[in-house]
Amino acid sequence: MYTSALEYLPAIPEIFLLCAICGLLIIDLFLDQERRDVTFLLSQLTLLTTLVLVVYTHGDAPRVVFADSFVADTMATVLKAFICLIVLAVFAYSRRYLIVRGLYRGEFYVLGLFGVLGMMILVSGHNLLSLYLGLELLSLSLYAMVAFDRDSARASEAAMKYFVLGALASGILLYGVSILYGLSGTLDLVQLSEFLRREGTGNIGAALALAFVVVALAFKLGAVPFHMWVPDVYHGSPTPVTVYIASASKVAGFAFVMRFLVDGLGPLHGDWQDMLIVLVLLSLAIGNVVAIAQTNLKRMLAYSTIAHVGFLLLGILAGTRQGYSASMFYTIVYAITTLGAFGVVILLSRAGFEADQLDDLKGLNDRNPWFAFMMLIILFSMAGVPPTVGFFAKLYVLRAIIDVDLWWLAAIAVGFSVIGAFYYLRAVKLMYFDAPLDDSALEETRGMRVVLSTNGLALLALGIYPSALLTLCTQSLMW
Amino acid sequence: MLDWPILSLLVWLPIAGGIIVLLAGEEGARRTALTVSGTTLALCVPLWSAFSTTTADMQFTEYFSWIPGINAYYSLGIDGFSLPLIVLTASITPLVVIAGWRVIEHKRAQYMAAFLIMEGLMIGVFTALDAILFYVFWEAMLIPMFLVIGIWGGPNRVYATIKFFLYTFLGSVLMLVALVYMYFQSGNSFAILDFHALALTRTEQILIFLAFFAAFAVKIPMWPVHTWLPDAHVEAPTGGSAVLAAIMLKMGGYGFIRLSLPIAPDASRELDWLIITLSLIAVVYIGFVALVQQDMKKLIAYSSISHMGFVTLGLFIAFTIFARSGGDIDGAAMGVEGAMVQMVSHGFVSAALFLCVGVMYDRLHSRMIKDYGGVVNSMPIFASFMVLFALSNAGLPGTSGFVGEFMVILASFRANFWYAFLAGTTLVLGAAYTLWMVKRVVFGEVTSDAVAALRDIDGREFLVLGSLTVAVLAIGIWPAPLVDVLHVSVENLLRHIVLTKLP
Repeated sequence: MYTSALEYLPAIPEIFLLCAICGLLIIDLFLDQERRDVTFLLSQLTLLTTLVLVVYTHGDAPRVVFADSFVADTMATVLKAFICLIVLAVFAYSRRYLIVRGLYRGEFYVLGLFGVLGMMILVSGHNLLSLYLGLELLSLSLYAMVAFDRDSARASEAAMKYFVLGALASGILLYGVSILYGLSGTLDLVQLSEFLRREGTGNIGAALALAFVVVALAFKLGAVPFHMWVPDVYHGSPTPVTVYIASASKVAGFAFVMRFLVDGLGPLHGDWQDMLIVLVLLSLAIGNVVAIAQTNLKRMLAYSTIAHVGFLLLGILAGTRQGYSASMFYTIVYAITTLGAFGVVILLSRAGFEADQLDDLKGLNDRNPWFAFMMLIILFSMAGVPPTVGFFAKLYVLRAIIDVDLWWLAAIAVGFSVIGAFYYLRAVKLMYFDAPLDDSALEETRGMRVVLSTNGLALLALGIYPSALLTLCTQSLMW
Repeated sequence: MLDWPILSLLVWLPIAGGIIVLLAGEEGARRTALTVSGTTLALCVPLWSAFSTTTADMQFTEYFSWIPGINAYYSLGIDGFSLPLIVLTASITPLVVIAGWRVIEHKRAQYMAAFLIMEGLMIGVFTALDAILFYVFWEAMLIPMFLVIGIWGGPNRVYATIKFFLYTFLGSVLMLVALVYMYFQSGNSFAILDFHALALTRTEQILIFLAFFAAFAVKIPMWPVHTWLPDAHVEAPTGGSAVLAAIMLKMGGYGFIRLSLPIAPDASRELDWLIITLSLIAVVYIGFVALVQQDMKKLIAYSSISHMGFVTLGLFIAFTIFARSGGDIDGAAMGVEGAMVQMVSHGFVSAALFLCVGVMYDRLHSRMIKDYGGVVNSMPIFASFMVLFALSNAGLPGTSGFVGEFMVILASFRANFWYAFLAGTTLVLGAAYTLWMVKRVVFGEVTSDAVAALRDIDGREFLVLGSLTVAVLAIGIWPAPLVDVLHVSVENLLRHIVLTKLP
């Protein structure tokens, strides 16, 4: 078969990113520590270029390349664009934090970019193996990033825990994949889906494989009961890595679930819907209730992530296009919100002081009313209170599941979001009603101010006019 | 009708003003806040004069596409139920701004901004005709109130404000589920007027009614979900208490009128005993509870709950009247109009009483009845205001408090003698707890040197209390303009709910 180079056009962003990372790795070797900013700027430039390429190479019809293992469709474009944007912000937040801790090294950015590459491959995966490869590239980068502060015992412990459990989950996933391959004789998602539609229902082997796959997905997303790593990793990692895991990798996680469960195992919807209902109920319950008991801000946000993953899966389990787009909207909104929340944690930290206790939020309104206001928007968005966009994210998900007559699940979900509102309110209380513990001025840089303000105001703007993002998400799932 | 978007202006002008105040900082915050809230009040003049009292249709409507993906529209419009409440909101806010002029010294700009933004959002609730828009305003309003109680409140403010937020939030989210359910039933529309026309089965109506009930009963509040209110009132700063009592409680009554009754009339008919029982418990039992309060703000808070019992009673006795008279619209109209007049009147009277307590609190820093006594000797002008508002609260003819209560009691007679009898006890109980408080606080011997040294109200306080006096007396002496505005909408509502909506 004749293949021209033009055929690889849909994968140009990934190809560019890979080349750029390799170049960056070499350039970084020849830089002194004082000129590390070059690496920083080059990685930002790489991300920006990738973003432009992602948007520029977009085509309306889905295109499949590399022997059907790589797909470029609207969902992929949108998710990749958001991954690039989010990681751009993560890198911007991270710079000062890393500098004052002596962690400002090129490897951080190179690993971060490799993670982006992994996420992009995952998002475009059209074959069980390419999905797996993308996931592993992301995971391996993450393990290394968690352990990046190698002198910190807590970080090493977190990395170890993450690695061991993550490897186990990958093994479980591969086992599920191998069963699927044994049954159907194909790794291609479309062919797999056709096979399952023909003979999948009632097939014990397929059900077993499905269980393995769902366990692995739940682990990677951090859904209860496979959530044990989440609080420890969030707490132990350097905060820029935490925000990377909490925001960008959740977007990739959504794509992973979509490709695997919906594109590949879609015909087994009846089976996985029940499994997801259990995961959702447990995640909402454990996430929201245990978050109340936390005194550490990063751990609280970790449990809040678990609860949000519950909502994310809620949209998917509806099994309708409306549900998938609601879930996609939820994921993107959640990623932007959590990005801002950890941005504030980073902002409050300074040399030798990690502002990861809830009490460190005390009196933020006295210290800096503007950032307190930004955090207020972020927290209310997490709680799902209008006029922030978090409300619409929850609304779309609720709409999707009420549409498939699961209104009892909707009632339980909103009940838990009221419980969840309590700990977000408590954080607001600390910022606005309490006196500050220390009055020192915040060490804010201009870049930080701009990025964090944009981040916070975006939540408000999207809340007042959510239509554009919603349309984008709906169009992404027009097959 | 006007050819400019007056409703949008009423909603967004205060919000924009609030943001400007917030950004401009402490300097000139009060002046800007007063200008903005005054302009908003001035906008009510063309609104009221252009309002047509001959039609029950929505007026001044504005309709723009907002979120096409879910068919949510930016849809505003008002009828006779919304107009008085909008005017009430626009009147109370400038008074609250003036009342906080000297008193609030801590973060003055944020305080003023919170009240302005809240004003815009509250007017938004009263004008929204799209369920999602309604819900957004309804919930967003909680954020500034949460901060107002929490930042400028009393010693136990954190407990009170979190309780306030969570109680109302829990009620509201159930309403949201009901709204989304109806969205699908009505063929993907969020228009509240489409919900009114929607045929629903008995079970659907009951579940929807209960979901709304959770939201509105908490907000208004009805016994037994009223416990957040005394806490929130006591801890809130004076302005917060005034807005809470004068306007936020009315949201619950407005919700019953705008959503519960027209959307689920059959469920309302079936469950009216529940509402009537709870209302009468509120009137009688909470009246007794108010009697034993030691804290003036708490006493007024309980008195509010008791008065709000009249609102829900007036709305829901309509069904008993229909049943007894075979659909007598005029008889039932008396009850609903009484409920509306009661809401407006209570808005002014409760705000006035809270501001009176605020005046005393600013001087003596105590809200306890026992710390006062003989205030009339040192503050004669203030005392006359206080006595007037207290009498209005007790339902003295000639003041606004009388009109609503009297109309509701008259309507109750048509429904059932015992309803009227129990509701009538408020004339005794209300007088007892209010006047006993006045007796202990205002009259008698001067009890302490601190009271003897009190200085009387200054021009600013006189302006606030004087304006409220005008409103209280005007409604009391000549309620006709208010009732005229209501009448066509009330009849329209009753003609709608007298029919069954079962498919």
